[in-house]
Amino acid sequence: MSIVTVQLGQCGNQVGQELFEVISNDANDTQRKVYSECSSERFFNETANRELVARSVLIDMEPKVISQSIAKTAKSGKWRYGDRSHFSQKQGSGNNWANGYCVHGPRHEEVVMDIVRREVEHCDCLAGIVAMMSVAGGTGSGVGTYVTQCLRDAYPNSFILNHLTWPYGTGEVIVQNYNSVLTLSHLYQLSDAILVHENDTVHKICAQLMNIKHISFRDVNKVIAHQLGSVLQPALTGDSHGIYNRNPIGELMSSLVCHPEYKLLSVCNIPQVSSSSMAYSMFTWPGLLKHLRQMLIANSKMEEGIDWQVRAPSLQPEGIKRTGSHRRPGFNTSLANLLILRGKDVNNAEISGFQHPSLYTPWLPADEAFSMWKTPVPFNKYEKSAILVSNSQTLLRPLDNMVGKAWNMFASRAYIHQYTKFGISEEDFLDSFTSLEQCTSAADSVVVAWRSSEPWS
Amino acid sequence: MTQSVVVQVGQCGNQVGCRFWDLALREHSHVNKKGIYDEALSSFFRNVDSRLMSSLQAVLVDMEEGVVNEILQGPLRELFDSTQLITDVSGSGNNWAVGHWTYGSAYREQIVDQLRRAAEHCDCLQCFFLIHSMGGGTGSGLGTCVLKLLEEEFPEVCRIVTSVYPSAEDDVVTSPYNSVLAMRELTEHADCVLPVENQSLVDIVNKIKHMSHSGKPGSVIKKDSAIISGQGGVSGAEKPFDAMNNIVANLLLNITSSARFEGSLNMDLNEIAMNLVPFPRLHYLVPSLTPLYTLADVNIPTRRLDQMFTDAFSKDHQLIRADPKHSLYLACALMVRGNVQVSDLRRNIERLKPMLPFVSWNQEGWKTGLCSVPPVGHSHSLLALANNTCVKSTFMELRDRFTKLYRKKAHMHHYLHVDGMEQGCFTEAISSLSSLIEEYSQLDATKDRLMPDAARLNIAT
Repeated sequence: MSIVTVQLGQCGNQVGQELFEVISNDANDTQRKVYSECSSERFFNETANRELVARSVLIDMEPKVISQSIAKTAKSGKWRYGDRSHFSQKQGSGNNWANGYCVHGPRHEEVVMDIVRREVEHCDCLAGIVAMMSVAGGTGSGVGTYVTQCLRDAYPNSFILNHLTWPYGTGEVIVQNYNSVLTLSHLYQLSDAILVHENDTVHKICAQLMNIKHISFRDVNKVIAHQLGSVLQPALTGDSHGIYNRNPIGELMSSLVCHPEYKLLSVCNIPQVSSSSMAYSMFTWPGLLKHLRQMLIANSKMEEGIDWQVRAPSLQPEGIKRTGSHRRPGFNTSLANLLILRGKDVNNAEISGFQHPSLYTPWLPADEAFSMWKTPVPFNKYEKSAILVSNSQTLLRPLDNMVGKAWNMFASRAYIHQYTKFGISEEDFLDSFTSLEQCTSAADSVVVAWRSSEPWS
Repeated sequence: MTQSVVVQVGQCGNQVGCRFWDLALREHSHVNKKGIYDEALSSFFRNVDSRLMSSLQAVLVDMEEGVVNEILQGPLRELFDSTQLITDVSGSGNNWAVGHWTYGSAYREQIVDQLRRAAEHCDCLQCFFLIHSMGGGTGSGLGTCVLKLLEEEFPEVCRIVTSVYPSAEDDVVTSPYNSVLAMRELTEHADCVLPVENQSLVDIVNKIKHMSHSGKPGSVIKKDSAIISGQGGVSGAEKPFDAMNNIVANLLLNITSSARFEGSLNMDLNEIAMNLVPFPRLHYLVPSLTPLYTLADVNIPTRRLDQMFTDAFSKDHQLIRADPKHSLYLACALMVRGNVQVSDLRRNIERLKPMLPFVSWNQEGWKTGLCSVPPVGHSHSLLALANNTCVKSTFMELRDRFTKLYRKKAHMHHYLHVDGMEQGCFTEAISSLSSLIEEYSQLDATKDRLMPDAARLNIAT
């Protein structure tokens, strides 16, 4: 089963390219033929002369990034993009979501969907579509939202996973919070699941774990690609009987998105070290999993600086009720978790720490809230690696900050004229704010209700 | 790649504009020694089939022939097509009404034609740059008429205007009238205005001369610095306003650098308007440029780089006399050229932020751009464009000068005689200026108050 990626805007295209690099290197690296073939089939189309062509559609409103990508990959000789799989314009979207969504999107809908259709037709069997974009600018966010809508209309029965990159809090684009709010409120209705990477978090990983001195966007993109690749590469699910899962995106969604209102997913990956340290590193499953579990409940994205004081709340013997209604500070409650283990001795890994009911809300019994995939094939040169894809509270605080800042700006109506001139109204803004406040408040109330032992609606 | 069209109107506009082409040519030939037509050049230079030298995407307008004729006889003549020039003979007599109404209607068709032609030569037209002065008649009057035409004919294309404001001691008595009448048009029809005050330019030029004569060790002005000297350029000897015009030309050079050259964080011209203009009428951006007083040291270590950022926020480097640090920033853009990394940018923004008061809803209101090619003779440069309420004081001074004349109805008959001009134009213009000042004042009032966060929407659960 194959995955088609749609790379939108500068960020989407840059991260997408790094993703295919990681995947192609990983698949070529391994001696396991079945894994390699599964990975190739999933992400690449092999042409008559044995060339690997990425199953990817590249979209941007200005030409520079796409042409650089295509040139670079053509030179490398390992894989390339399809000759007619890209579409670009000359002007850019000017960091304006409305320009992307109301003007560029509809204007180029036919051409773009044609390219997507061609790419989908190259697949024997479509496992799903991954749309990659940022939320801060104009094209990724605006055109990306419009294209997601078109994909939803064209492929109503397919899985659509949106991979979003959230910008640095201190920003490169002044109106990024508006663009983010508009994007997220729409995607919440359109997408099946939204997997998020935050630039701030990834930046810290580069600085503290990988010891990079002058961090560039390329460094950040490589880490994102590594994490995303580690989720999407082949793995064995519980009941797959030794065959790599044929429906990775569908499985991901049924494991994690248990309710249509909670579809923001985050990724945690351990270990993450600089390539120079790798030769000297020895990891054991107990060590890795202990750190990963604490990273989950203490809401840390790195194995350094974890707050070991945070503990899961204790449960009464009956399992759910607790006396006292105070929040446990710093504890990250999960709705669902997916643990992916890749590498040596994977069958000996002890994962019961992730199955304890105290980590989860009472909606699903813990054994349904938790899923695991594994493969004995190591990923991207790491002898052992553990990946956690979570549907948890982690993203609520950054989302809330983003909405708060956007709301403050909106209260003064600053920059609104720049959006209304392209076709969206103040009403549309209000709708977006309302829908996002609903999401965050719903997600929050689940946890609060549990803690205070009150029935929740 | 996108293209822009430069429209230069009036004596000042044409002199500054030509300085700009001169410096741009020099920059490109420096980068591209073979003089072969390349991607970045296409941004401004139209490629005409059989000609080796490409034509510029420019429209030159002047109602007296002196300046434009000089251009046609000077070394830049190869670059301009005679159809790009629109001229008349007698000038506007420093009368905004003559420029705006008389010449405006007489030449309307010709100007629109020429603009359309320039636009058609562009694969993808992104922006119009208008260069003019505010104090005279042609630049001020006809220039703002052209601005209106640009909005009518090309409503989707961004309009960025560089306006040179007269100093208080300007020798044109009616310059306050001309400036205020023009201001109204700028407020209504421009997307962005970069106001430049003659007085600031005079101060900067004097300081540079003082430094080069003072013989202070370490303060040697580099010989081929393009900042004040046209030496090494195409045109010949220096004339009185040359040094000042050079500074304004450098402003344009820097703002267009991202469109002309590659960089790791490109800043498109339409992104400037998008990020820096939160309210449609408040689009006056304080420009400040560094380096202006260059040092001979070529290998600039990190300290000097940081010094460049500090300088950009000092009054000595601003092109208008105002005090942004004691007013309120609505937004700020930093366009850096040269070998500077994102980490340097972020470090300096963190460092400067505590000293700069930003409006409560835009505490992180920074827009940044990195272009890898520095200006000729320098290793880095920085252009800061600040949307700051301090422009209010410049406008208030202007309003005072206007009122002094208007109270006595001095010289008004020259204006009212012109067809199309009425008393109402004056009152509307001054009232537009007053309400603009009021808008800035209201924002200023929020400055030292602790603004609470807006109450969030309450969702019924």
